[in-house]
Amino acid sequence: MSEIKLEDIIQPENVVYKKTDVLNDAVMHYCPGCGHGTAHRLVAEVIEEMGIQGNCVGIAPVGCAVLAYNYFNLDFQQAAHGRAPALASAVKRLMPDRYVFTYQGDGDLAAIGTGETIHACNRGENITIIFINNGIYGMTGGQMAPTTLPNMKTATSPYGRNVETMGNPLKITELVAQLPGTSYVTRQAVHTPAHVRRAKKALRKAFELQGQKAGTSFVEIVSNCNSGWKMTPVEANKWMVDNMFPFYPLGDLKTPTE
Amino acid sequence: MKELRLMKGNEAIAEAAIRCGVDGYFGYPITPQSEILEHLMAEKPWEKTGMVVLQAESEIASINMVYGGAACAKKVMTSSSSPGISLMQEGLSYIAGAELPCVVVNVVRAGPGLGTIQPSQCDYFQTVKGGGHGDYRLIALAPSTVQEMYDFVELSYDLAFKYRNPVMILSDGLIGQMMEKVYLEEYKERWTDEYIAENHPWATNGRAGNRKNNIITSLELQSDRQEKVNLRIQEKYRIIEENEVKYELINCENADYYFVAYGSSARICQKAMELAAEEGIKVGLIRPITLWPFPKQIIKELGQKSKGILTVEMSAGQMVEDVKLATECRVKVEHYGRMGGIIASPAEIVNALKTKIIGG
Repeated sequence: MSEIKLEDIIQPENVVYKKTDVLNDAVMHYCPGCGHGTAHRLVAEVIEEMGIQGNCVGIAPVGCAVLAYNYFNLDFQQAAHGRAPALASAVKRLMPDRYVFTYQGDGDLAAIGTGETIHACNRGENITIIFINNGIYGMTGGQMAPTTLPNMKTATSPYGRNVETMGNPLKITELVAQLPGTSYVTRQAVHTPAHVRRAKKALRKAFELQGQKAGTSFVEIVSNCNSGWKMTPVEANKWMVDNMFPFYPLGDLKTPTE
Repeated sequence: MKELRLMKGNEAIAEAAIRCGVDGYFGYPITPQSEILEHLMAEKPWEKTGMVVLQAESEIASINMVYGGAACAKKVMTSSSSPGISLMQEGLSYIAGAELPCVVVNVVRAGPGLGTIQPSQCDYFQTVKGGGHGDYRLIALAPSTVQEMYDFVELSYDLAFKYRNPVMILSDGLIGQMMEKVYLEEYKERWTDEYIAENHPWATNGRAGNRKNNIITSLELQSDRQEKVNLRIQEKYRIIEENEVKYELINCENADYYFVAYGSSARICQKAMELAAEEGIKVGLIRPITLWPFPKQIIKELGQKSKGILTVEMSAGQMVEDVKLATECRVKVEHYGRMGGIIASPAEIVNALKTKIIGG
């Protein structure tokens, strides 16, 4: 029996798993344990599987994902804080055959960009909005976000979010689900393999609906921020399950009517 | 024979946009410039040229739609009036930082704050000194006739794409609202994807043909790299200053004095010159057409040999500072202006020339 060489094994027909070409090889700046890396990968895989990477424009936010354009092999625009849906609206209207998506965090999408979010969804822009909700401002160092839970401690709510004085967390996903312009509104997570698979399915559906010009598709991904929450990644995921999910329940909020 | 039409200045802007092949207009209503959006919606250019017209939810959204479209190398435009332009300053800074071409029209009204809807030139500083945050410049064109409102739209796109820089047409409520005859150009085709790919290969319009991905951003976290960006942009500004200064000289031969005025004030100064001539006062008019780059050299050359300069602006005196800098304070320079939406009369301008410059 002849010896099996490594080169014989590394053959295309033997590949069971590989990184999508829609992501490049740049080392991501995200903290270990953060959900952004997984979410990026899912978006990239969906784009590759749909074969739309040559026909796709992404819009990066201000926040932790500000450098998203460094990781995707896609044309990318970096928007001012909160304005990504305005850029995406114009890109899509000027080039209706392109796939256009925004990738935004909670501060970007649900605080400073609330107006742009609501109105893009209300106009039913044929874009996909990907919303990473970790209840905190990660990049600026863990300040209170519009989605910070009641009593949750952050750098600007060091004694916990007092809803009497600081207001209540904003369930913007529930809000956009009410608008006639949205086609598909869903809330997902990426902390377990099962959730990763479900989230990927949701992203695929969102991009497919965009292709069908069904209106705005909106995918929230509830994620952790172990750095901002000052926990280990494992603790952060547990805290997310115990505290974020009861307030932000996972699942579809709106699916297209047949 | 060109088509001739009687139009408002605002309508001329809109008509020029349609005819010169603009791809998209994004705007929000505000007096005294709403006719731009109204005219576009009434003309339905999407049926004629495929031009997109969208009423946005705010001026902030409008300018960011412009950012998105400009990043695809589409010819995009917005317009507003002073308070709305203030809201756009963040977006303009990003557009300047990302070096994107676009055209923004400001039909100025009097401020500060909500002010009044009447004409003013009180946004000069905001226009020519940056306006938003960071070291940047807008190319600024100041039309003084409705015909120039029309002509400067295409000129603005030429400059915007030549330098990948935002261009502002700085008008005011007087020119926006008044009607004059306008010669219209033939309709031009909008740019195709192939034209954009060949001429503007930086565009983020999808990686057609599997080309390398393009990125539009104004972010550079490392100081040494950000400074290189700054230096490159400043070098571009120097080239613009060297090549793109535009002005008009009226009755400047043998003049003893000069008015320096732009836009509607320059129109009124022409009548003031006639009144002055009747009294034997020889006064010429230097009319900056580009407010940035500012026509420093001609103002220096003519101004330093003159007996004095009166700048006439509908403001508390803003351009006067640039005229003083240009003449290096070697000649008497005074400002005359009205505010709050009041338009100076030719007689009061002549009177100001006599009291502030000749007798002053």
